[in-house]
Amino acid sequence: MPLLELSDIHFAYPGLDPVLESASMQMQPGERLSIVGPNGAGKSTLLKIIMGLLVPDTGTVHAFGKPRAEEADFHEVRRRIGFVFQDADDQLFCPTVAEDVAFGPLNLGKSKDEALAIVDQVLSRLSLMHLRDRITHKLSGGEKRLVTLATVLAMEPEVLILDEPTNALDPDNYSRLIEILNGLDQAILLVSHAPDFRAEIAPEGYRLEHRKLVRI
Amino acid sequence: MTYVLTSDEKPLTGFGALRAAVSSLDPRMRIVMTVIYAITVVALDDLRVLSGALILSMWLLAISGLPFQKTLKRMAMMDGFIIFTLILLPFTMPGTPMFSVFGFDATWEGLWRATEIALTANAVILAVMTLVGSMEPVTMGHALFALKTPERLVHLMMFTIRYIDVLREEYMRLRTSMKLRGFRPGTNWHTYRSYGYLVGMMLVRAIERSERILAAMKCRGFSGRIVLLEEFRLTRSDVVFVSAMLLALSALIWAEVAYALA
Repeated sequence: MPLLELSDIHFAYPGLDPVLESASMQMQPGERLSIVGPNGAGKSTLLKIIMGLLVPDTGTVHAFGKPRAEEADFHEVRRRIGFVFQDADDQLFCPTVAEDVAFGPLNLGKSKDEALAIVDQVLSRLSLMHLRDRITHKLSGGEKRLVTLATVLAMEPEVLILDEPTNALDPDNYSRLIEILNGLDQAILLVSHAPDFRAEIAPEGYRLEHRKLVRI
Repeated sequence: MTYVLTSDEKPLTGFGALRAAVSSLDPRMRIVMTVIYAITVVALDDLRVLSGALILSMWLLAISGLPFQKTLKRMAMMDGFIIFTLILLPFTMPGTPMFSVFGFDATWEGLWRATEIALTANAVILAVMTLVGSMEPVTMGHALFALKTPERLVHLMMFTIRYIDVLREEYMRLRTSMKLRGFRPGTNWHTYRSYGYLVGMMLVRAIERSERILAAMKCRGFSGRIVLLEEFRLTRSDVVFVSAMLLALSALIWAEVAYALA
């Protein structure tokens, strides 16, 4: 049973030409896939459809063995898929790192103490404990990126979706990120323009061209 | 607002070894004490007692470990707002004439009233700066939340703290790119229109960003409530501080009453 299955997805933003036309893809448990395609091809749109942030015009989204159509269906999907946004500033909205990492677990109904325990555990796993009480907007670009990863991993997702994770990374943080990702056991869906990074994390995947997904 | 939040000025705390008494006290208590203090001082009107209040504020500044000069300079900035009231007051209050300028009489009553206002304002603002201004804005948000301030207002404040810098950076980037293409502001339509575009673009970007933030929050299971983590505890030093402050305030009130009766 695939973790994720999109079949025959059509999508157009209101008043614009279609972005996706009968796009389909599958992702098996533990699989690491990347999606490549030129700017504006609809990669981010595709990811938003998977997360239920956009609703496709036609076509179906299956996740974890169930069809997902309504907003309520996606609550479970969002809990089990961790989405790392392209711009870290969009994701880190709490004043301090600890609060931001705790935000997800608290939404899952954990108590404050449990959430704080998760914060410490995730941050030490990623060797980021020194950032725990820092103010999020004062972090450097690379630190922000690693912290966004921590905020998502704190929810213990089964799948990770990474949208251009190497944006604004210096070589040190770049290799840290590769090291961290290779140490994870989650399935990963990666959107990246960096061929080296794709080769390290997810060499296989799909190409988005002419509004369709083609296996490469 | 931004100048309060820019990095080099930002928190008044953090002066290493100087971090003293006030910054370790319970923020909730500091906010409540500031309110009590401000109300008491505003209610006083004997000049001698008000001078006492100003001395009390100076004492707060002394134990707070804030840099003296910088804090006093900030206090003077506030005085800039009321300076004209202070200058005009002697001329507008009726009473015993002191001297006259262009046929307008300055009165002693007006002068005393102006002094009273200046003393009150400076005593209160100094206390606010030492007790509340020395907090990280984030801590203040948490303390306000713990004091049962409506959640929405606290979150509004927290989001402002978090994103004001991002917006400022966006503004700076746009300004730089304008400058790099030879933009020189002047008094002409091109300038007004360009600034209009700049403000419009900032609004559009702010809206788009807020949508992306909401999406990111939804992806992490946001359902309409944010839980704040920090918890505060009253310690012995808080109790000591509160007692000392209440004692000092009682003394001020007692002096005020005594002078009024005399």
